[in-house]
Amino acid sequence: MLQEMMTVVNQKEIAPDIFEMTLSGELVKEMTKPGQFIHIRIPRSDLLMRRPISLAEIDHSNHTCKIIYRTDGEGTTVLSQLKQNDLLDVLGPLGNGFEIEMVAPGDVVYVIGGGIGIPPLYQLGKELFAKGATIYFLNGFASKEVVYYEEEFKKLGELFIATDDGSCSIKGHVGNLMEEIVLQTKTPKAVFACGPSGLLRSVEERFDNHPHVYLSMEERMACGIGACYACVCPSKKDPAKNKKVCDEGPIFKSGEVII
Amino acid sequence: MSRLNVSLPGLDLKNPIMPASGCFGFGDEYSKYYDLSLLGAIMVKATTITMRYGNPTPRVAETPSGMLNAIGLQNPGLEEVMRNQLPALEKWDVPIIANVAGSSVEDYVRVCEKIGDAPNVKAIELNISCPNVKEGGIAFGTSAGIAKELTMAAKSVAKVPVYVKLSPNVTSIVPIAKAVEAGGADGITMINTLLGMRLDLKTRQPILANGTGGLSGPGIKPVAIRMIHEVSRAVDIPIIGMGGVVTVDDVLEMFLAGASAVAVGTMNFTDPFICPTLIDELPKRMDELGIESLETLIREVREAR
Repeated sequence: MLQEMMTVVNQKEIAPDIFEMTLSGELVKEMTKPGQFIHIRIPRSDLLMRRPISLAEIDHSNHTCKIIYRTDGEGTTVLSQLKQNDLLDVLGPLGNGFEIEMVAPGDVVYVIGGGIGIPPLYQLGKELFAKGATIYFLNGFASKEVVYYEEEFKKLGELFIATDDGSCSIKGHVGNLMEEIVLQTKTPKAVFACGPSGLLRSVEERFDNHPHVYLSMEERMACGIGACYACVCPSKKDPAKNKKVCDEGPIFKSGEVII
Repeated sequence: MSRLNVSLPGLDLKNPIMPASGCFGFGDEYSKYYDLSLLGAIMVKATTITMRYGNPTPRVAETPSGMLNAIGLQNPGLEEVMRNQLPALEKWDVPIIANVAGSSVEDYVRVCEKIGDAPNVKAIELNISCPNVKEGGIAFGTSAGIAKELTMAAKSVAKVPVYVKLSPNVTSIVPIAKAVEAGGADGITMINTLLGMRLDLKTRQPILANGTGGLSGPGIKPVAIRMIHEVSRAVDIPIIGMGGVVTVDDVLEMFLAGASAVAVGTMNFTDPFICPTLIDELPKRMDELGIESLETLIREVREAR
């Protein structure tokens, strides 16, 4: 983990209240795994807690990375007001990231996301695509107007969308979508998911006993490095113990923690 | 002797800056990022006789210039702390202050009896002020009589000096401070967090799963300064001050209030390098303010009161 004042290269609103920010800095060299996150200090002195935001894209050739976030509080609103060339105090990369070593060319993989859990799946998709995997993206959104990165995902694999209100593609949550796609395709070599806990639970249940199901968890954090014990979740093997999402996660293998 | 040296019971500190308990894990977490030998001391996370799972999540919430936490003393228990956590810190040249918590006098006594066996534990911080657990913690710190009794019990078995961590969640802190001094405490650490609460407008429920939590961060510094000021004039034992320290000026303000060393809490989460930064910046600020050494400053403050 390193700390750096990264430079805002670009910022744009890609859907209502959803922003994509490009950052540049030396820290990008350390970003090696999809699913890792950065811990951002909000540039307002009364907002003390850093915000953990997952990496949506890592571009080593340009020393840049992208984050995608939703403005649903004071901190992210301040973040959304930053302009090109502004500096941002960033810690990272943090967390373990998705394991993709087991994926071989031609393997079918499912990449399942919901809402603001989708961003880290883009970098994951790029890396799986580079490995020659056949990727089925199953993305869930609240409605058509907040759908983002449609074209980007389509370049990497087959994209299926579900919306809660049915305004785009299939109506319902990703769980419904999953049932349909599973019937159409071969058993996947691996399943990766990020999103609300309901989505993660349904993925875990659907692929019970599958050896390669990886779930990205979210929990309120303070330190981001395993020192404060704020972001814990119960261990499935020993519910008397718990695991730290920031340090031992945010990616857990299915069956590792109680969602 | 360096101008940053501070001498306290059991603790010859090369500088007065230490991370506060609960804000630095068991130390090893931050050792990946800087040389822990730079620190004056480390106050490690609370240890209880048996493992504690802690409270449900969410355990933290932001407040203006601060933070609420309700971790609930999660720790792996005395045996594991003795076996792994404390030995892991032995490679660093830094004294450890072991924070001890419990839900009965017997629990405290059993931990105090054993934890000083670790060669790097140079002092105990008796945690009688955690606001986030139903049994123990703060219940011991809000009654002068019980605080004294517990201090005496800890002192009777402890192999290292005992500092007692006071709660700000009392009508008057001075009687508690005097009680722990009368109970034989070697020093006082203060303040623990202030009991607070936040509510979510959408769910209409408390943000923290525990309902309430402990408020920390720069928002509480004036409360800490006032209480250290009051207590330092009422007792003769030294005080390690904490509560909202962010800058070297905050550190020196704590000294002026009557502290002899300073712990940094919440700010470790905002800036993980805050402690080495403060240690680095302190001499320059002392030059600007005409402070020859911290021991001189401590003496001057004591003589002036």
